[in-house]
Amino acid sequence: MEKLNKVNSKFVVLPNENLDTDQIIPSRFLKATTREAFGDNLFRDWRYDLEGKMIEDFVLNNDNSDAEILVAGKNFGCGSSREHAAWAIFDYGFRVVISSFYADIFKSNALNNGLLPVQVSEDFLAQIFAAQEANADEIINVDLETQTVSIASTGAQENFEINGYKKDCLLNGFDDIDYLINIKEEIIAFENAR
Amino acid sequence: MSAKTIFEKIWDSHVVKSIPDGPDVLYIDKHLIHEVTTPQAFEGLKNRGLPVFRKEHILATTDHNIPTKDQHLPIKEALSRKQVEALRENCKEHDIELFDLGHKNQGIIHVIGPQLGVTQPGRTIVCGDSHTSTHGALGAIAFGIGTSEVEQVFATQCVLQPRPKSMRVEVNGVLSKGVTSKDIILHIISKISTSGGTGYFVEYCGTAVEGLSMEARMTICNMSIEMGARGGIIAPDQITFDYLEGREFSPKGAEWDSEVARWKALCTDAGATYDKTHIFKAEDIEPYITYGTNPSMGISITGNVPTLDSIEDESERNAMEKALDYMALEGGQELLGKEVDYVFIGSCTNSRIEDLRAAAAIIKGKQKADNITAWIVPGSKDVERLAQEEGLDKIFADAGFELREPGCSACLGMNEDKVPRGKYCVSTSNRNFEGRQGPGSRTFLASPLTAAATAITGKITDVRTLMN
Repeated sequence: MEKLNKVNSKFVVLPNENLDTDQIIPSRFLKATTREAFGDNLFRDWRYDLEGKMIEDFVLNNDNSDAEILVAGKNFGCGSSREHAAWAIFDYGFRVVISSFYADIFKSNALNNGLLPVQVSEDFLAQIFAAQEANADEIINVDLETQTVSIASTGAQENFEINGYKKDCLLNGFDDIDYLINIKEEIIAFENAR
Repeated sequence: MSAKTIFEKIWDSHVVKSIPDGPDVLYIDKHLIHEVTTPQAFEGLKNRGLPVFRKEHILATTDHNIPTKDQHLPIKEALSRKQVEALRENCKEHDIELFDLGHKNQGIIHVIGPQLGVTQPGRTIVCGDSHTSTHGALGAIAFGIGTSEVEQVFATQCVLQPRPKSMRVEVNGVLSKGVTSKDIILHIISKISTSGGTGYFVEYCGTAVEGLSMEARMTICNMSIEMGARGGIIAPDQITFDYLEGREFSPKGAEWDSEVARWKALCTDAGATYDKTHIFKAEDIEPYITYGTNPSMGISITGNVPTLDSIEDESERNAMEKALDYMALEGGQELLGKEVDYVFIGSCTNSRIEDLRAAAAIIKGKQKADNITAWIVPGSKDVERLAQEEGLDKIFADAGFELREPGCSACLGMNEDKVPRGKYCVSTSNRNFEGRQGPGSRTFLASPLTAAATAITGKITDVRTLMN
């Protein structure tokens, strides 16, 4: 897993609430057997019509910002457990998602792939939306070490929560599986004691 | 010792260790796998040079990405074929038994787990699929995981999981005629919202839940994820034990007796507390149907779609406007009498033999309407076999319904079974998201009874008007 600490970047806004995993990556694109190239089909049915023609007014089709931050309405990533959703967002180039609420499985999938889900208050989310309306080139600064997220031009800042274990994993690029393999003897002892 | 919920009893007995300021290391008893969410996990194992740690705890089948016609022939679509072949090769390499196409035990993973007796009370069960919550109906802790976690379970038989909060959902009373467990759960989700259960594990209880058959309970637990809850559990009772007795992987003989004795202790102690409780009355629940693009957008079948100006919150109103626009519906309109194009009876929510029997009871001796394409997709080879033995196949065929072969099918439209753009489908599945049943498809979620009644009349129908 890639390490992650500070991300300072422009951002893409999708204000929709309850953005489900079928929108993030439709099921017909889950047929691959490797993790690569899912970004091509991120929000596929919002980016392209059925004939494969680009839908001009969709935000990702007007984005030349190389944004590393995706900002979305509450309950982001609800629905299926498909990790392909996190792979698609990461592969597209995002390293941080900001929302006021996440579905559980999406959140753990994101964390397992070096994609940081930052949960902010409704009020702060509204400030981010407003900041981009005022200036399309607005920058957000995310600092995992200090667990802070701020809007560059206004200086507005908020702290975000993440458990200490997952924070360490992201800062150091450690996977959960590394941890589990290291305690295999404890797992075997647990099995034997049952 | 303090009073514990059934969830706490099972969870605590599976914690290998707790990481300070982090998740628990949870031991997994059964790992269910299918072709879609495993190839990258097997690839990960290979890259790390790791073996599968406990292959005997894995149940494998093909379900999501397979045709539901001519399953004896090679899969036509190249990418789907490749993915299924990858599962075959991976199972062969790691010596995992696979219930593949054509095998008598093949079927939707959440249908075959209970049917084979692999799902048992007190077990921890995971699968790379969010509807793993289904298995909680038998008193197991069961939840969906991502592919990285599938790899963790392959390698160590454990996952790292934060302990969820607890929610009690109580449904008391007696269900009215024509009301099923699907209507109960659609009603609950519409009240709790699509995210109200996030962070929680739900225990369903109350006299109405206790009165349900084993398969009806599965439908309720199945849709826990649609309110955001990772899983749902129902304490095992005589209905559970009667269901499990004699199944292929159920304990036998003296072991059966000792296991049942152990399972009887799996209940919530008096005085145990929950972080949240919701109470519903069975008498308040009518046949239910969704109108929007998430499963919480539902109403009683006799009701009207909400009007936009009845919603105060601006972002909710915007979401409703977008949903109604996608569904081509007007705020305030009735759904009864709305013409539809497809009826799909299937999916891990409602494809069990009781669902097919319930549909057949409505359909028997009638004809589907001309405007309807009607698909019935059994949840497993065993369900298909029972349907044939009981003559349900003939009832469906005579009425113009197509009984297909087992798989996930039009629930998620990964295979050829798609609802065309702009067409309406009354579906017994679990999600009505935009494009879920195929790009541009429009889904109304409902019970097998409502679906069957709609197929007969060609328009959304209150099944009670067709019942004697």
